[in-house]
Amino acid sequence: MALSYLRSSSSRSANLLKPLSSGLSLRSPISTDTTPITVETSVPFTSHRCDAPSRSVETNPKELLTFFRDMALMRRMEIAADSLYKAKLIRGFCHLYDGQEAFAVGMEAAITKKDCIITAYRDHCTFMGRGGTLLEVFAELMGRQAGCSKGKGGSMHFYKKDSNFYGGHGIVGAQVPLGCGLAFAQKYSKDETVTFAMYGDGAANQGQLFEALNISALWDLPAILVCENNHYGMGTAEWRAAKSPAYYKRGDYVPGLKVDGMDALAVKQACKFAKEHALKSGPIILEMDTYRYHGHSMSDPGSTYRTRDEISGVRQERDPIERIRKLILSHDLASEKELKDIEKEVRKEVDDAITRAKESPMPEPSKLFTNVYAKGLGVESFGADRKEVRATLP
Amino acid sequence: MFRVKYVFLQFVCLLQEKKEREREMALRNIMGKRVGIGLMGSRALSTATCDVESGSAKSINLYSAINQALHVALETDPRAFVFGEDVSFGGVFRCTTGLADRFGKARVFNTPLCEQGIVGFGIGLAAMGNRAIAEIQFADYIYPAFDQIVNEAAKFRYRSGNQFNCGGLTIRAPYGAVGHGGHYHSQSPEAFFCHVPGIKVVIPRSPRQAKGLLLSCIRDPNPVVFFEPKWLYRLAVEEVPEHDYMLPLSEAEVIRQGSDITLVGWGAQLSIMEQACIEAEKDGISCELIDLKTLIPWDKETVEASVRKTGRVLISHEAPVTGGFGAEISASIVECCFLRLEAPVARVCGLDTPFPLVFEPFYMPTKNKILDAIKATVNY
Repeated sequence: MALSYLRSSSSRSANLLKPLSSGLSLRSPISTDTTPITVETSVPFTSHRCDAPSRSVETNPKELLTFFRDMALMRRMEIAADSLYKAKLIRGFCHLYDGQEAFAVGMEAAITKKDCIITAYRDHCTFMGRGGTLLEVFAELMGRQAGCSKGKGGSMHFYKKDSNFYGGHGIVGAQVPLGCGLAFAQKYSKDETVTFAMYGDGAANQGQLFEALNISALWDLPAILVCENNHYGMGTAEWRAAKSPAYYKRGDYVPGLKVDGMDALAVKQACKFAKEHALKSGPIILEMDTYRYHGHSMSDPGSTYRTRDEISGVRQERDPIERIRKLILSHDLASEKELKDIEKEVRKEVDDAITRAKESPMPEPSKLFTNVYAKGLGVESFGADRKEVRATLP
Repeated sequence: MFRVKYVFLQFVCLLQEKKEREREMALRNIMGKRVGIGLMGSRALSTATCDVESGSAKSINLYSAINQALHVALETDPRAFVFGEDVSFGGVFRCTTGLADRFGKARVFNTPLCEQGIVGFGIGLAAMGNRAIAEIQFADYIYPAFDQIVNEAAKFRYRSGNQFNCGGLTIRAPYGAVGHGGHYHSQSPEAFFCHVPGIKVVIPRSPRQAKGLLLSCIRDPNPVVFFEPKWLYRLAVEEVPEHDYMLPLSEAEVIRQGSDITLVGWGAQLSIMEQACIEAEKDGISCELIDLKTLIPWDKETVEASVRKTGRVLISHEAPVTGGFGAEISASIVECCFLRLEAPVARVCGLDTPFPLVFEPFYMPTKNKILDAIKATVNY
């Protein structure tokens, strides 16, 4: 990874001042420092029917440390969810995102909370990126009232209205036409926002995706379709499911960009580029080359269709958190110890959130009937015997 | 002249049907009989004790029984194919283990993630005279294929004037609650398909039934949707004959004789109902339990005969009560047996909400709900 310093005096003076600041253990100057640094992405972008953005990404210490902290938090959260599932506190299905965190943080760095995001069921970290709290995540996973969907959705159905996170969908590929619909509404409201509709390499073969793509291209909708290609659709490798695993080219007449999804800065650059493109000239497909360490879900060991060497190879070479750590250390933005402290802090936060989430109660039984229809419709619902327990749905 | 021609045509049609039926009978090893009380294992349910007995039997679970049925189907018909998502390594429920190794990748193969494509492709394959056995990974995912099933598969023979048909198509899908499935791994969509003339919907209750019924479905000259209760894949263990046998479609089975009330159900729900029957027995209520097996075209005669005997009927299924298949059974029974009925038809079904996550125990038609309804109906 080539590094280049573009400013002269300010960085040198920062170097001179550094021993003083570290001696005084002042952390704040580093974590709020916004002096720009330029970094090159790991690999250049590959584009289809458009001009690829530049490989040089502008960032700053604050952003890098935020990336590090957020990704460490997400990683810890997913691992904690793994143990909770094995302890049977989380039931049902649990699809973990560890390994793919770079996309969640990189995308957030390039957009605002007014832009809409919609994704499939691997949504814990995307929800966190949108401003969700750990308590909401763990409570929802355990089906408690304090969860973001009041305990009624579970792992696959996280939503956050105030930051335009449209969830959390179980049926593969079904969220993409929804995302294009959101983009349609955004075009109407003319508020310069876009929608990121995320899907996986398995969903890339669904027919409804192409239907949505055609409509978006026809009507110039500000829709960005993001294929999070972790190379395995559950247990099926991409080359066995798709004639053309070059998902960024699948749009044919729709431009596409292939990005290293394990490099948060490349993701940020690509999302910024995509947002500008979508607002100006309609839909674009982003293919994020990423990897998940866990299996498809908690009932999948993840090693029957890929070798352990492959998984550990990716972890050693392309791990997103390690990449940012190396970047931070090589630019002397923080010391090893400080980064380890951040990780310890994050671990504690996660443990605290789990404790609080465990205290939250399960939803009331009457809540079974709430929100089936809109409020005030006065629809009746009754139990199996129809004679008692007749309730007007709230 | 015209009338003579019309009668002649009718006669010709009847002859054709008779020939077809004879051919079907010749293919079958057994004629299923309606027998009452069978054997009850701890989890196994009673099954028809007919010619199925010939040959050795082994104690296996539901997914192994289905696996055996598929092995037999592919062995006996060189133009049979099994395909779906992840079937070649054995499938997520292991129903297709060993098939790819034994019959090759040309006959047992994976498809990409596209239900509409899978079923449409299956229809085409069946239209060319092959036996297409498509697997939809969970019944909850069958909806993208709904158009293909309803508009293409069900109406093919009808709209082509019998020139073409996709009778070789069988669609298998695991359905039903499993305890922790949530919204999209627990649905029971059988009611949607029961509304479509042209296809058959079959649901087995146990391993022995599943093997026989699946082989009948595969060999039936009509497109069939075969729902497998996923809760029973490992839980239900039964003696299943190792040879090739078929059980008749559109024949319901009385699996428990009784005189006070008739209970009608299918699939995994029957084991719950049987427990309720045993409890009701302690209170002196004698329950007759009927397994519908085929939902459309369903065996009205058996159910009607039973209701004429008992005068009361209770239907139970996991799908939501409004618009569920229980409504059809209820309406038909009331039509034919109105004066005989001693009490309103009771339906103990899932509630009218999306299949919930944490609320599953409240949603499900449990043994106690059924017991309450039995007592309320008997004491009406």
